[in-house]
Amino acid sequence: MSWIAGTVIVWLAAWALNARVAAGGWSRTKTGRLFVPLLFGVTLLVVWEGLVRGLNVAPVILPAPSAIAAKIATSLPTLWADFVQTVLKGALPGFLIGSGAAVATAIAIDRSPFLQRGLLPIGNFVAALPIVGLAPILVMWFGFDWQSKAAVVVVMVFFPVLVNMVAGLQASERMQRDLMATWGASYWQTLMKLRLPAAMPFLFNGLKIASTLALIGAIVAEFFGSPIYGMGFRISTEVGRLGLDMVWATIAVAALAGSALYGLIVLIERGVTFWHPSQRH
Amino acid sequence: MQRLLPVLTVLTGMIVLWYAAAVWMNSTWVFDQADRAGTTVSFAEMVPQTMAQERPLLPPAHQVAGELWKGFTGQAVTSKRSLVYHAFVTLKGTLMGFALGIVFGVGLAMAIVRFRVMEMSVMPWAIISQTIPIVALAPMILVVASQVGIEGRDIPKAIIAAYLSFFPVLVSMVKGLRSPDQMQLDLLKTYGASEAQTFLKLRIPASMPYFFASLKVAIAASLIGTIVGELPTGAIEGLGARMLIGSQFGEPLIMWSALFAAAILAGLLIVVVGFVEQLARSRMGVPA
Repeated sequence: MSWIAGTVIVWLAAWALNARVAAGGWSRTKTGRLFVPLLFGVTLLVVWEGLVRGLNVAPVILPAPSAIAAKIATSLPTLWADFVQTVLKGALPGFLIGSGAAVATAIAIDRSPFLQRGLLPIGNFVAALPIVGLAPILVMWFGFDWQSKAAVVVVMVFFPVLVNMVAGLQASERMQRDLMATWGASYWQTLMKLRLPAAMPFLFNGLKIASTLALIGAIVAEFFGSPIYGMGFRISTEVGRLGLDMVWATIAVAALAGSALYGLIVLIERGVTFWHPSQRH
Repeated sequence: MQRLLPVLTVLTGMIVLWYAAAVWMNSTWVFDQADRAGTTVSFAEMVPQTMAQERPLLPPAHQVAGELWKGFTGQAVTSKRSLVYHAFVTLKGTLMGFALGIVFGVGLAMAIVRFRVMEMSVMPWAIISQTIPIVALAPMILVVASQVGIEGRDIPKAIIAAYLSFFPVLVSMVKGLRSPDQMQLDLLKTYGASEAQTFLKLRIPASMPYFFASLKVAIAASLIGTIVGELPTGAIEGLGARMLIGSQFGEPLIMWSALFAAAILAGLLIVVVGFVEQLARSRMGVPA
């Protein structure tokens, strides 16, 4: 009982503090803006821990955060091997190849409005399809190792990036293009100096979508067959054994990897599109 | 016509590529067979043999179409072998998740727009939640749901679908509810409108275009979530389960027909949502 009462008190106190901070002037500063969500996250963990202990929730339903942390600490080598297999070998190469191919295709069809008009509606449609369904087929073609995972990721990220890149290449204004023409700039000069930079905000939008898709693709593909390591493999086997603490540990790694990949793209975006209104502070 | 011709050209190109790839990938099997039989096959003999294999590496388009046709019309729609049946199971999960995602997304957006503390504490986590690959959570949601005594797979599937579909709704609704400008808000203040009235008569109507724009993304995300929810650990119903079964029993035709059935379902859902959007826009007096 005391666990539950304590949890409720901590929660109310943290919420009251957060409400005060959010209403005050400190929340406009950088540290304030970091403090509020962090406190919220910590409160969530405390409430989780308190409820699991207070209500005696069985570990096969929901392990406490402390148990998950302990599991992470004791199984670091396994988690690292899974991370290397799924993220570094499956998701990342697939992400790079898929986005690279999409950008190249977008530039290749850029000179033909006919192809663009044909490819854009199809690309938009395919981007909305459940492409994860290709995973079993690609696993059949490329075998159980990371090649098939990378292939799934390539297919999944290709269309969102392509659609955004094609839209981005059309983003420069008529006036700007006319200006390049009056300077006697060639097609390639216009492309390199005006249209590619103008396309960057769109490209990064596509890359952000693709970064989450990449991890989803790599993990789903492992459900259809994988060597004896990898995050998808770990999750599906540990769920079968009801080792939920290990499942949560893998989820924590997946969450970290996903957020890190997303954060990395945001950082690169800030460097590349520093001129864009959305990046000015 | 202006728009149809390019699309048809690209589609034709894709199908030609598909057939070329089918001949190329399936030829290995033909040559293997011929090798074992001690005969040789010419190119002209090989091509027809790649078109009608029982377990092709890449089934050509007409084989997939035939399998789809068989799946849709070959038996009563309640049969376990009917694609209509499986598509319906998936559709049910998708719509439940979609509804749940809308309710959750709109509710959260209202709270975020109303309370600054909600925005500051929840919004960053909502963004982070989308970088977590939901598929990592999917098998666990299924297990936990069965542990706490929820029968069937509909609810866990809907939760997974809602997890993916609430986010676009949330983001658009926050933008939409904030779209009335200061002039309009001031006007309502001069009328002496209460906060609830401002919300109902200004903010909600102003957010509608944003809301409908997000629905298309949300329904597609919801379908993906449902199929992912059907993939892992022992589902037997739904298009995702058909893919899994096809993969486990080495039946490529089942996989491909389930994949295309899912694509058709996605297309239909997007068309329906687009239609509802058009209807709502014209009812609200937005020029088309």
